[in-house]
Amino acid sequence: MAQKTGKCTVMVKSESCKGCSLCIEFCKSGKLVLSDKLNKMGYRYAEPVEDTACTGCMICTSICPDLVIEVYDE
Amino acid sequence: MKLKNDWPKYYKKDVVSHYCPGCGHGIVHRIVAELLEEMQVGERAICVNPAGCAVLAYLYFDIDMLESAHGRGTAMATGIKRARPDLFVFTYQGDGDLSAIGTAETIHSANRGEHITVIFINNAVYGMTGGQMAPTTLIGQETTTSPLGRNPALEGYPLHITDLVATFRGVIYAERVSLDGPAGVTRTKKAIRNAFQTQIDGLGYSIVEILSACPTNWKMSPVDSFSWIKNEMTREYTPGVLTDKRGDKK
Ligand SMILES: Cc1ncc(C[n+]2csc(CCOP(=O)(O)OP(=O)(O)O)c2C)c(N)n1
Ligand code: SF4
Ligand code: SF4
Ligand code: SF4
Repeated sequence: MAQKTGKCTVMVKSESCKGCSLCIEFCKSGKLVLSDKLNKMGYRYAEPVEDTACTGCMICTSICPDLVIEVYDE
Repeated sequence: MKLKNDWPKYYKKDVVSHYCPGCGHGIVHRIVAELLEEMQVGERAICVNPAGCAVLAYLYFDIDMLESAHGRGTAMATGIKRARPDLFVFTYQGDGDLSAIGTAETIHSANRGEHITVIFINNAVYGMTGGQMAPTTLIGQETTTSPLGRNPALEGYPLHITDLVATFRGVIYAERVSLDGPAGVTRTKKAIRNAFQTQIDGLGYSIVEILSACPTNWKMSPVDSFSWIKNEMTREYTPGVLTDKRGDKK
C-alpha cells in the first residue's frame, strides 16, 4: 500500500496494522487515514492518501507501537 | 528509493505482537531495541522479563532473555550482574510487578546500588490480569477493583516508587518520562540512553519510569489514552530527572 506525491513515500504493512490511529493523529501532513477495509486480524488499517505530501518527518514511525510503517526517500 | 527506518537489529522481524492496539509496551520495546544496537550492547545484553503483559517480550527481542517470578526481576538481575559483570543487564517491569509484589526486591536492589538498569512501565493498572488497581493507580481512577474510583481513605495514595529510590545513595540515575506523543518518544529514548550509559560506564544503578498507555484497561481509545497521560497522569507523576549522580562518580 504505497502512495507517492511528496518528497518521501510512506508504506503501511496493512496486514500487521492494528488500527490504533496514533500515526494518523500525530502526522502533521494529514498523509494517513484509516481504511474502510479490514485486514485479516479484523482491524481497519492505516493507509496513505493520494495528493498529500509526506515530508519524511518520521513521526509516524516513531509513534507506531507495531513497527508496521516504512518511509522511503525518493 | 531508500528505506529511512531500518528494522532494529535486536527486534525479531515481522512478528505481530500480542499487545493491544496503541499499547505503550510496543513503543518502548522498539526504543530499547534501537538503543541496544546504537549503543553496541546487544551482543552482551540480558533482559529479565516480568509477570505482566511484557511476559512474552522474549518473543520480540532478539537478545538473551530470562523470566523472573513476579516482581523478583531485580533480584535475578543482581545475581546475573554479580556473576557476570561483563554482561549488560536490565529488567523490564510493570507497576504491578515492580511496585506491588516486588517492592522489597526493587527497594533493596536500588539501595544496594546494583549495577543494573530498570525499565519501569507505569500504566497505573495491572494490565495483564484485567485492569485491577495498582499501587500507582490515580486517586479517583476507576478500575475493576476500585469501581467507584480509588479512594485514599480506603486504598491509600499513588505510590511514587521512583521518587523514593531516587533518594538512595546507590541510585545513580533516575528519570520519569511521559510517553504521550512524539516528543514523549524522543524524551523516553534519551532517558533510557542515559540510564544504559550509566551501566556501560560502570557507575551503578539506573532506572527510567515511563508513563505508558493501557487503552484496553483504561477503556479509552489509544489517542484518548495518550491525552489522559498528558493531562491526568503527569499531574500525579511529574516527569523529569529525579536524580543524576553521574558527575559525583566520575
Ligand atoms: C506470584 C504471582 N502472583 C500473581 C500473578 C498474577 N499476575 C500476573 S501479571 C500481574 C500484574 C501485572 O501488572 P503490571 O506489572 O502492572 O504489568 P502490565 O500487565 O500492566 O504491563 C499479576 C497480578 C502471578 N503471575 N504471579
Ligand atoms: S513521515 Fe511524517 S509526513 Fe510522512 S506520513 Fe509519517 S508522519 Fe506523516
Ligand atoms: S500507528 Fe501503526 S499500528 Fe497504529 S494505526 Fe498507525 S500503522 Fe497501524
Ligand atoms: S492490557 Fe494494557 S498493557 Fe497489556 S497489552 Fe493491552 S494495552 Fe498493553
